[in-house]
Amino acid sequence: MADINSNKYTIGYVVVMTLIVAISLAFMATELKPRQQAEEALEKKKQILNSVSDIQDKSIVEKEYPKLIKEVVVDAQGKPVEGVNAFDIDIKKEYRKPASERQLPVYIYSGDGNAKSYIIPLHGNGLWDEIWGFVALKDDFNTIVGTSFDHKGETPGLGAEITKDWFQSQFVGKKLEDGKAYAFDILKGRGNAIEGKVHLVDGMSGATITGDGVEDMIEKGYKSYQAYFKTVK
Amino acid sequence: MSEVAEKKAVVATPREPLFSTKNRKLLTDPFDDNNPITVQVLGICSALAVTTQVYPALVMAISVVFVCAFANLAIALMRKGIPPRIRMIVQLVVIATLVTIVDQMLKAFAYDVSKELSVFVGLIITNCIVMGRLEAFAMGSKPWPAFLDGIGNGLGYGAILIVVAVCREFFGAGTILGYKLIPEAIYSAGYVDNGVMLTPAAAMFVIGILIWIQRSRNTKLVDIS
Repeated sequence: MADINSNKYTIGYVVVMTLIVAISLAFMATELKPRQQAEEALEKKKQILNSVSDIQDKSIVEKEYPKLIKEVVVDAQGKPVEGVNAFDIDIKKEYRKPASERQLPVYIYSGDGNAKSYIIPLHGNGLWDEIWGFVALKDDFNTIVGTSFDHKGETPGLGAEITKDWFQSQFVGKKLEDGKAYAFDILKGRGNAIEGKVHLVDGMSGATITGDGVEDMIEKGYKSYQAYFKTVK
Repeated sequence: MSEVAEKKAVVATPREPLFSTKNRKLLTDPFDDNNPITVQVLGICSALAVTTQVYPALVMAISVVFVCAFANLAIALMRKGIPPRIRMIVQLVVIATLVTIVDQMLKAFAYDVSKELSVFVGLIITNCIVMGRLEAFAMGSKPWPAFLDGIGNGLGYGAILIVVAVCREFFGAGTILGYKLIPEAIYSAGYVDNGVMLTPAAAMFVIGILIWIQRSRNTKLVDIS
């Protein structure tokens, strides 16, 4: 056997090892990619639906989504854009563009009889990493039907509470505007007196920054879609 | 000539049973006498990060058992060929490969879990326990004992993780695995969840108390430090 202390052996060892690892990982990544993408798409569909319903079973999501949701894309003036798949739009990138160049997806839900809900995607920053979600609005474009939030790296038990029912259920029925201006607010800390206040939701203890992030992304999303809302109203 | 003699000697020794006392000790030792967290005080960083709730701690524990066991096995199989000068790098590559496999597999087959753990799966690479066991044990052991040692240490780590997570989730949020355990009546009587338990510092307190309990029970450990 070769001298395992020699340079030649060491370098050879590294080259062979790197090759084996690289090839096997690359093979695995390409093999698993379609499955991972399918999982991600399904997760997104589930999130969209969860802003208006609480379907958890992913097989039901897959089946019901095309029936319940109509996807449209609009531009900054609120006019429909043809030939773009709403589902494939990365909202994070769109929100970074100047407002006039954005292509904004809208998911229209028509599951509850005649009343339609307009679901708009949100994206913003939490404390540690990005947060995103969907907010569904009634056709007055002011009342919240429901929300679904998710995050990448918020602290479990603190900022990660944005995904929990107790937090999200508070948004139902709240109003974003008070008739004149944007008035929606997420309060600092948990246990605030919010009863009867239609513009306020209770915050999370120890996660004020995440709460502010949610507030900001709702405001940003809401304001970006104003032109579209006006065309539908 | 001497080589031939040596080979004969190896063949002559009776084969050790798979679960001999010595091998069983490899599995059980990390739970008490040689626990990676409470005795060796390794892997504290992730013990602070993933123990606010029981569920992520559980998945983390399983992932670490997998990585630790197979990294140990792989290094033990390669141990005679690894160039000594780059052995740490080789160990790191093996760990990183396994962690990437776990991460990708979770993403494809257990998407919800992988979302829950987010970056912490990737951070298993930096978990000192894994590399510690490779360097201290697998480099000088046969594959089977090394594999057992990996499982033992992974479980020893996981056990502490789960105990800490149970304490933190129960006192910090009043739940275990998301189920409300403290009845509303107690809350309305004035009980408040202890928010400190959800901060990383609380994990330090809990681990400190665990070390205290363990040492007062197991006198063998008192002089080691």
